[in-house]
Amino acid sequence: MHPSSARLLNILVPVKRAVDYAVKIRVNPQQTGIDLNVKHSMNPFDEIAVEEAVRIRERLSKGSEPVTITALTIGPAKSIETLRTALAMGADSAVHVEIPESAPAPEPLGVAKAIKAVIEKQKEKEGVDMVILGKQAIDDDLGQTGQMLASLLGWGQATFASKVELDLDAKNATVTREIDGGLEQVRVKFPMVITTDLRLNEPRYASLPNIMKAKKKPVTKLTPTDLGVSLEPQMEVIKVVEPPKRVGGSKVESVDELVEKLKTAGFTAV
Amino acid sequence: MLFKRFLSSVTRTDVQHFTKILSPPSVLSTLQNAPSAELDIYNNDWMGKYKGSSTTVLKPKTTQQVSEIVKWCNERRIGIVPQGGNTGLVGGSVPVNDEVVISLQNMNSVRSFDPVSGILVADAGCVLQALTDHIASHDHIMPLDLGAKGSCQIGGNVSTNAGGLRLLRYGSLHGSVLGIEAVLPDGTILDQLSTLRKDNTGYDLKQLFIGAEGTLGIVTAVSILTPPAPEASNNVILALPHFNNVLPLYMEVKRQLSEILSAFEYMDRTAYDLAVKHGQGRALADDEIEGAECFVLVETSGGKREHDEEKLETLLSTLLSASNPLITTGVMAQSPAQFSSMWALREGITEAVSKEGKAYKYDISIPLSKFKECVDATREQLRSKGLLGDGDGMVKAVIGYGHVGDGNLHLNVIATRYTQEIQDALEPFVYEFTASHRGSISAEHGIGLMKTHALQYSKSDVSITWMKKIKALFDPNGIMNPGKVLE
Ligand SMILES: Cc1cc2nc3c(=O)[nH]c(=O)nc-3n(C[C@H](O)[C@H](O)[C@H](O)COP(=O)(O)OP(=O)(O)OC[C@H]3O[C@@H](n4cnc5c(N)ncnc54)[C@H](O)[C@@H]3O)c2cc1C
Repeated sequence: MHPSSARLLNILVPVKRAVDYAVKIRVNPQQTGIDLNVKHSMNPFDEIAVEEAVRIRERLSKGSEPVTITALTIGPAKSIETLRTALAMGADSAVHVEIPESAPAPEPLGVAKAIKAVIEKQKEKEGVDMVILGKQAIDDDLGQTGQMLASLLGWGQATFASKVELDLDAKNATVTREIDGGLEQVRVKFPMVITTDLRLNEPRYASLPNIMKAKKKPVTKLTPTDLGVSLEPQMEVIKVVEPPKRVGGSKVESVDELVEKLKTAGFTAV
Repeated sequence: MLFKRFLSSVTRTDVQHFTKILSPPSVLSTLQNAPSAELDIYNNDWMGKYKGSSTTVLKPKTTQQVSEIVKWCNERRIGIVPQGGNTGLVGGSVPVNDEVVISLQNMNSVRSFDPVSGILVADAGCVLQALTDHIASHDHIMPLDLGAKGSCQIGGNVSTNAGGLRLLRYGSLHGSVLGIEAVLPDGTILDQLSTLRKDNTGYDLKQLFIGAEGTLGIVTAVSILTPPAPEASNNVILALPHFNNVLPLYMEVKRQLSEILSAFEYMDRTAYDLAVKHGQGRALADDEIEGAECFVLVETSGGKREHDEEKLETLLSTLLSASNPLITTGVMAQSPAQFSSMWALREGITEAVSKEGKAYKYDISIPLSKFKECVDATREQLRSKGLLGDGDGMVKAVIGYGHVGDGNLHLNVIATRYTQEIQDALEPFVYEFTASHRGSISAEHGIGLMKTHALQYSKSDVSITWMKKIKALFDPNGIMNPGKVLE
């Protein structure tokens, strides 16, 4: 690890392994969930978070590597692939909080508590100044982890970030947030939590030399027990159903027919 | 001049007859009040290079309707242009004069799919992407894939014997097409819609329609063998310092990946830069690819992800750790989104070229080792004629890309506009270069209108004579796609 005296900034990036967004989702026959035996990849918002951390380091450090980036995931054994991707994109080290393959998916509060516990563990060596994570995961769309984490830690937060500028001397960040109907700029002191929006950046490809290097970067394995947190869900999924099938459009032969059809469908002129 | 027969123009009476065969919205004719602008998309080719002046476009829905139209046209000696998605790149899909256009777009139903054998039977007008989606739910893929998949039709693919991005793995349509239904130039329906993999009962007539470019009849349905979708696919883009490394790299990649290698695509630096410029897929980091002279996209498809990844990673680490590395760097897709984005860089070149300017497209088969020489020689040829540079009527770029695995180079010359001078500088220059290496002047796009005069560079007199005999046998009146393939 890096000597704490030389460091400028330590960034923690929690990432989630999720069903890839290009995959066609199929509900299982029991209607208790979806078919998970499909291609997974890093949650796109988390990819943006890793990219932002790497860009912050590229902006700040000129060779001396004063910024450290730690990727963190909570998930089954296969989640190591997601960590390797983060490492190939530029994270320095990773933490894997492993849960059994059969375990239910952890919920935001459990995840936030686990992240907090990891941060406290890291404090023994060197503290975390900033957590950057996706504003939501595309599988459960819960979108609460960042906010819960900030509350648990008592840190400031800048959610839905589309631009991040740091002032290291003043130890704060100016973050542009995407809000309804416009943009908002906020300044938040370190340590802080940032959640990423789509427009923040466009993540890079992992280059082959970096993929090879990533294999040699350190990954610390922990269990929820090591962290003293419970990831038992507090919510019960009752039923998962597919959206109703779209009915195809049809062609009409004339304007009159169109008007007639609109009328029967209940559309009227305003 | 065997086929420059006198052909008749479509008259109002003909159009009236067509409306008896087809429902009114399926007949589009300026002789019947359709504004000629509405026919533009049928009269102009994809590149904006060839322009016909057809008055009438017919869109039949059934094979029977096609048959009745063709029968009438044959009796009346009206020329016919069969048209699919109109994405052809050699001017074959638009009229030369005022032939009637028969568009297959309304014949777009899947007739059957057998998930056990993987045999798909579909109307000729089915769009390649729609078929891909249709069989994806049965975990199968089409044996061919190309940049135009969102518009081109299976009938057009078969008629041009399209190659594309998967040929290396799944072979040509001469192997995967099992049967064809076609309407012959006299209106007879030829039903060869076999779903048999083996059928040695005499002459295999359907083969004649594969690559006939609509000159022997209209393909109305196709039966095609589709492979199961690979469980795992991966891709990498590799940056090479010199073109000379492409061949040794290809050999190494083939040796190490063997059965999981499914594509090996080449693009030179100029082609890559154009694709990036026109927003086709996300670019690699600039500083990493500084000095790269060309790129290769390698795709793997296989049955087991762990197995494939291990092979790919072993290959990549040998490549990177070699004392005299063949590649400078590369990127590997980490997600399906990146997988598509990387393919978009390669597949998007055709589109980028059309956004950049007017393209002279040469699609040739030559020995792999001659790819760069061909591009360089062409550029030199244009330079020596003073045609290379900025400004109106000049050539902006000469690029090379293509299917290395199939020995197929796409040589594209991009100008601000089409001019006779550029044309004369390129032809017969390119064809002579190709012939001198015993290559083919059309590897996959066909002859169409563009290359009829150049056929002799790749076909002997004997071959051409017999092609003409076959044409005369099927189409004695010369009504089917006149002026195409044979002069
Ligand atoms: C972006 C782009 C990428 C491409 N990439 C490739 C590639 O990688 N490999 C490749 O081989 N080609 C490629 N092509 C060209 C390729 O030939 C066509 O895209 C495709 O195969 C033609 O299908 P289509 O339905 O558009 O046919 P059209 O363009 O409509 O017609 C092509 C020819 O076939 C005839 N025809 C069409 N339908 C029928 C029918 N039902 N019966 C009889 N004759 C018919 C036409 O008369 C014409 O001569 C590309 C084109 C584009 C625009």
